[in-house]
Amino acid sequence: MPVLFFVAVAVLFPFAVGPDAPLLARTGGGVLWIAALLAAILPIDRLVAPDIDNGVFDQLTLRGVSEELVLVVRLLAHWLSFGPLLLIAALPAAALFDLPAETLRTLLLGLALGTPGLAAIGLVIAALTATVRGGAALGGLLLIPLAVPVLIFGAGALARPDSAGLALCGAISLALCAVAPFAGAGAVRAARES
Amino acid sequence: MHGFANPKRFLSFARPLTPWLLALGLALAGGALFWGLTRVPAERLQGETVRILFLHVPAAWLGMAGWMTIAGASLAEIVWRHPLAAIAGRAAAVPGAFFTALCLVTGSLWGRPAWGTWWEWDGRLTSMLVLLFLYLGYIALSQATAREGASSRIPAIFGLFGVINVPVIHFSVTWWYSIHQPPSFSLGKSAMATAFQVPLLASTMGFTCLFAAVVLMRMRALLAETQAEARLRRRAREADGDAGQLREAGA
Repeated sequence: MPVLFFVAVAVLFPFAVGPDAPLLARTGGGVLWIAALLAAILPIDRLVAPDIDNGVFDQLTLRGVSEELVLVVRLLAHWLSFGPLLLIAALPAAALFDLPAETLRTLLLGLALGTPGLAAIGLVIAALTATVRGGAALGGLLLIPLAVPVLIFGAGALARPDSAGLALCGAISLALCAVAPFAGAGAVRAARES
Repeated sequence: MHGFANPKRFLSFARPLTPWLLALGLALAGGALFWGLTRVPAERLQGETVRILFLHVPAAWLGMAGWMTIAGASLAEIVWRHPLAAIAGRAAAVPGAFFTALCLVTGSLWGRPAWGTWWEWDGRLTSMLVLLFLYLGYIALSQATAREGASSRIPAIFGLFGVINVPVIHFSVTWWYSIHQPPSFSLGKSAMATAFQVPLLASTMGFTCLFAAVVLMRMRALLAETQAEARLRRRAREADGDAGQLREAGA
């Protein structure tokens, strides 16, 4: 489902800016990054909240499985549900935008490094808004500040392929993946108290 | 710190402190702004536009200090479950967001004549804008959780998560240096004349006092709100109990 959304953005974007090939080639990589970001937070209302409501977390806690471990697996599953497919879908999207081969290589590397970080952000937002009604709308607001570093370095690497953008993107992504299960587990435990 | 866990003890020092901070802040900030806007000579290169500094620098400092307040309150909430921490975080968020917005607006007004542009996507400007969105997200999340009766540790987790952004602000100057000048006001050496430094320090201290006074007032208002709610709930329970006794007596 997130992948279809990603493809829809890639197809609709040329209609919005016009079929100008050089312009599409220059801006296409950035648009695909934005589409990947939005695809990562598309299913946030179904990531954590149903498991809290059904008592899945409580059952697993009774069996001695910590919330952190559950969320690590959740993170992996969330990434698998959109990350690899997104990388494949980026190929036809790049063809639509007439991206040069060098840019496509940087884009694919950047998305491979950055999508785990985007998945981690989606997981944290999902856990934080699980107890709040209308959490998805709130999630959009929470997303802006958290996603900026990944986007700056990931999309920045497209403009300056020789810079350390990709390495920094990978570093931020790793840091997000390391912190997300603990932040999310704290939110899940806090949700249990209320 | 746990001495203030009792709201009554907190109120016993917050109540008299508020007017003092307010008066001191108004006097210092008002005096510094008056002095800075009328008495300080115009700068050699930037001319009269430099006077916006006396509002811009305190706003930038308080925008960041407000977020550090939220970070400290979030830590106290998560680690020690301090009962006043959630209230302190909520109280500091709105004035912090206000000063961050003020910093962006004054910087933009200064940037038009000085750089010839209202907005430049440079590191410091961008991270200040991101900080504003961080504030808005925190305010929205803390209000939503308070409304739904969810745990106040949820916004605290977001607050700590967002602290990662504050060092980015600090180091962004060196990361993406473009046309924003490097900080001219650091410990040890200063590139600024004393005629500017004194009113700048006074206005920074004055606005900090005002900020503290506003935070204390908002904390007291939030405390009063929860107390009023608890009292209403108790009264409703008592009324229920009375009605139950009457029914039993009638039966």
